Amino acid sequence: MSAHKITDEVIEYVGILAKLDLNDEQKEKAKKDMEEMLEYVDKLNELDTSDIEPMTHIFPIENVFREDEVTNSDGKEATLLNAPEKKDDGFKVPKTIEG
Amino acid sequence: MSREYETVIGLEVHVELATKTKIFCGCKTDFGGAPNTHTCPICTGMPGALPILNKKVVEYAMAVGIATNCEITKYSKFDRKNYFYPDNPQNYQISQLYLPICRNGKVEIEVGGVKKEIGIHEIHMEEDAGKLVHDEWEDVSIVDYNRSGVPLIEIVSEPDMRSADEVIAYLEKLRQTIQYLGASDCKLNEGSMRADVNISVRKIGQKEFGTRTEMKNLNSFKAISHAIEGETERQIELLEMNREVIQETRRWDDNKESSKSMRSKEDAKDYRYFPDPDLPPICIPDEWIQKVKDNQPELREEKLERYKKDYDISEYDASLITESKHLADLFEETTAICNKPKRVVNFILGELLRLLKEKEMDDSDISFSPENFAKLIELVDSGVVNSTVSKQVFGEIFENNVDPEVYIKENNLMVVNDDGELEKVIEEVISANPKSVEDYKAGKKKAIGFLVGQTMKAMQGKANPGKVNQILTEKLQ
Amino acid sequence: MSIKNKTAVEISKMIKDRQISAVEVLEQTIQQIKEKDEKVKGFITVDEDEARKQAQIIQKGIEKGELTGPLAGVPIAIKDNIDTKGIKTTCASKILYNFVPTFDATAVKNLKEAGAIIVGKTNMDEFAMGSTSETSAFATTRNPWDLTKVPGGSSGGTCAVVASGQVSCGLGSDTGGSIRQPSSYCGVTGIKPTYGTVSRYGLIAYGSSLDQIGPVARNVADCATILETISSYDRFDSTSMKRDKYDFTSALDKDVKGMRIGIPKEYLEKGIDDEVKEAVLKAAQIMKDKGAKVEEFSLDLVDYAIPAYYIIACAEASSNLARFDGVKYGYRSKEYEGLHEMYKKSRSEGFGDEVKRRIMLGSFVLSSGYYDAYYLKALKVKRLIKEAYDKAFEKYDLILGPVAPTTAPTIGESLKDPLKMYLSDIYTISVNLAGLPAISLPCALDKNKMPIGVQFIANCFEENKMIAAGQTLEKELAENFVLDFSLV
Repeated sequence: MSAHKITDEVIEYVGILAKLDLNDEQKEKAKKDMEEMLEYVDKLNELDTSDIEPMTHIFPIENVFREDEVTNSDGKEATLLNAPEKKDDGFKVPKTIEG
Repeated sequence: MSREYETVIGLEVHVELATKTKIFCGCKTDFGGAPNTHTCPICTGMPGALPILNKKVVEYAMAVGIATNCEITKYSKFDRKNYFYPDNPQNYQISQLYLPICRNGKVEIEVGGVKKEIGIHEIHMEEDAGKLVHDEWEDVSIVDYNRSGVPLIEIVSEPDMRSADEVIAYLEKLRQTIQYLGASDCKLNEGSMRADVNISVRKIGQKEFGTRTEMKNLNSFKAISHAIEGETERQIELLEMNREVIQETRRWDDNKESSKSMRSKEDAKDYRYFPDPDLPPICIPDEWIQKVKDNQPELREEKLERYKKDYDISEYDASLITESKHLADLFEETTAICNKPKRVVNFILGELLRLLKEKEMDDSDISFSPENFAKLIELVDSGVVNSTVSKQVFGEIFENNVDPEVYIKENNLMVVNDDGELEKVIEEVISANPKSVEDYKAGKKKAIGFLVGQTMKAMQGKANPGKVNQILTEKLQ
Repeated sequence: MSIKNKTAVEISKMIKDRQISAVEVLEQTIQQIKEKDEKVKGFITVDEDEARKQAQIIQKGIEKGELTGPLAGVPIAIKDNIDTKGIKTTCASKILYNFVPTFDATAVKNLKEAGAIIVGKTNMDEFAMGSTSETSAFATTRNPWDLTKVPGGSSGGTCAVVASGQVSCGLGSDTGGSIRQPSSYCGVTGIKPTYGTVSRYGLIAYGSSLDQIGPVARNVADCATILETISSYDRFDSTSMKRDKYDFTSALDKDVKGMRIGIPKEYLEKGIDDEVKEAVLKAAQIMKDKGAKVEEFSLDLVDYAIPAYYIIACAEASSNLARFDGVKYGYRSKEYEGLHEMYKKSRSEGFGDEVKRRIMLGSFVLSSGYYDAYYLKALKVKRLIKEAYDKAFEKYDLILGPVAPTTAPTIGESLKDPLKMYLSDIYTISVNLAGLPAISLPCALDKNKMPIGVQFIANCFEENKMIAAGQTLEKELAENFVLDFSLV
């Protein structure tokens, strides 16, 4: 028995977040995978980290800036080069929900 | 019934900053422009592109934070807010959740003579999204990333407001402050200032807050007022029917004057924020804060004091004119040329405000030059035109930025100083209005006003009213 | 003149000495690719025409004396997750099957400026997620030493085309061992540089806080030369580190006398193949013979690196890969109704199973209510691991260890059990978590004549120490251990 029970609802929910559609077979597999992985990563709980600052960046660099100067010219052509579907110099997408 | 309840309101105000370039790339931020022309791999989320932070964005955010009495966070970071939407090319927005750049501020507002403090919870920096245009013909949407990556600050207030009037006063205050700082033009109609309103209601005396809803798509002060009224009513009705208010985001429809839930089963509203590994933290030492403070332009309160002192104008007038940075700038620039502060003030607070109201314009839309305005003031002052004509000329300056000297000459609007001609007209007026003359002579001194008016009319306004009065008085003796 | 079995530095010298032209070098390279890649399947795209054009231009530049560097005229292979302007860049994924970048990655730009010629883009695990190159949507790359074995991954394509003598060198990327492990499996040399040394601009991100581009070649000298060329302080990568020096080749003349080298005893204790262990001990003995002080020590927290890594890498990947949605580039599903279905179908049809698995896991660990327990916890463990290394480097100049517990497994074996596949990254992963540089180089052959690599790990910014050690080891082995690059 896994300590982490991944329910159908959880898989459904994560699918909505990640915008991934899994069929029933994939869902079952994903549940099993995730349960196993979560059980495995539980190993981290053996370590007491209550006083440890999380490390987001490996080096203490800070304040990396650019100056407020225009460096780019008309980028339309490059931007649209790979568009799967375009119209009127824009990317065509299914109608977005109104209201 | 509704007297038992009070409305609790907090605001999330988004302001587009007045930088030349976007927050993470060197693309222009100019409004308009053909679709997708102001774009590059960074602001369109091309695979492999990485963000580089525009320093000016940090400085504007700090300036607004300082002006709104915030604490500046010494060590601030960017986080990713993950959600899918086509106007958001990376499908995450780079924003700040855990360590926003400013916190714990406050501003003072005044409603109906009562002063009140509104707390500012935080100010954070983030990137704007692109624009979606609905194509009616094909029933699809078209994405334009020109606005994608334009820098924004989001100013989050505490839930300190209790009425639409307070909300408007708070927004006006923010707008005024930010405009004075030069950090944004804050135009609601162009979207450079946008407000999302969090509303809840509770029984008066109740300590806990009610469940709140968030109202979006509010593009004018009017829409904000109406949305607050509408949502307050909707929530009270629900509570009165013993039903629950659901915590949700609602979209205001200005035409229908009502709101609709934006919830859909495909939106979980779970943004999975985490620190952006592509952007190192921002460290703000005291010296940098001081430098931003030192470079801060003169804000309203200082300006007001200076106007009273340097230009000898009344508290009331100074306060009206400094209400808007645009008016204050116009005043100072014009006065610098003509050195007649009082006349300039009178014109601005009189004719200019009247015209703005009449044409439903914002003072940021003023487009005439202080030079032409100053010239007109000089012409009035030296008696070349009288005040009636000056209003007409000002209207022309306001509309078309005409050179008043040229315009007056071309339209022959100078005050007539030929006494012979004036006397001739006055005699005609006297003989054409015997009744008024009789009244005057019988002691009704006021009757002379009518005769002056008739003379001015006959002169097409180009006479000096003082002089007309003087000659009339002599002739009626 | 043939360039067979020549290194990059040797090839550029031959061109400079007018023994051969860049154009001829390229033609021979194309010929090699045609002969060998049928079997190896290391390339996804070979752009012959563009490469020929470049070779002409480069040859002129060399003749005019404008291009004098050690990579001028050298054909090079680039992993397919590194942007190349005008050349399709797919990440071995259906979702980017037709994507053509409009800009070069900074590393590629640096190579081009040095006169290197991009011949093609190499196969890999889809979005660099995998350890065998089998998760590619397009082809299964084979190990040139035994075509039934995997080349390793994720930079398996680059390592296989170098190992089979199609090109002398290439670029890979390393997020959890993706350069070092396939280098070890294929008998080539690879470097994972200190985080921030090579710009990530133009590297299609998997785990942004862990990813680094690095060189793969036949020997240490070529790797040092390529690293020197591709590394730079880049304002387009905000995590780029400004280093005092970008000199990595001067270390080739240094020895290891007096160096203190530690071997984590945990690395040799369990789960390691005997022959791999022997190879490490052999390398240790050579280092001792050359005057280094070698000893075993205890490296803390070894067991915690993999779980921390998978949480961090998957969380970052779930966000990094959100942009692949069928709107701006790449694959869009043919049939859908409405926006959300378009997203879901495009992504579900466009991504392979391993990528989906990691995106799901990453989305879950960041989701509401789990962030602290998983992601934040992993970032804390990352700090502990970094501190454990800091402590180790107070005592040692270098850490020596295996690259993978075994030699290359048979194709089709690993994907059955993902967790087991993840566990095989045990010796490489913590290096990425701590931002350290490491070099992997061949040290022995097992009983089946499959190569075994070892790695030297250095402290941050101390690539030169590991390059010196690698060079020393390579020289010593050369007498009894000649690698054949014409196996196929």
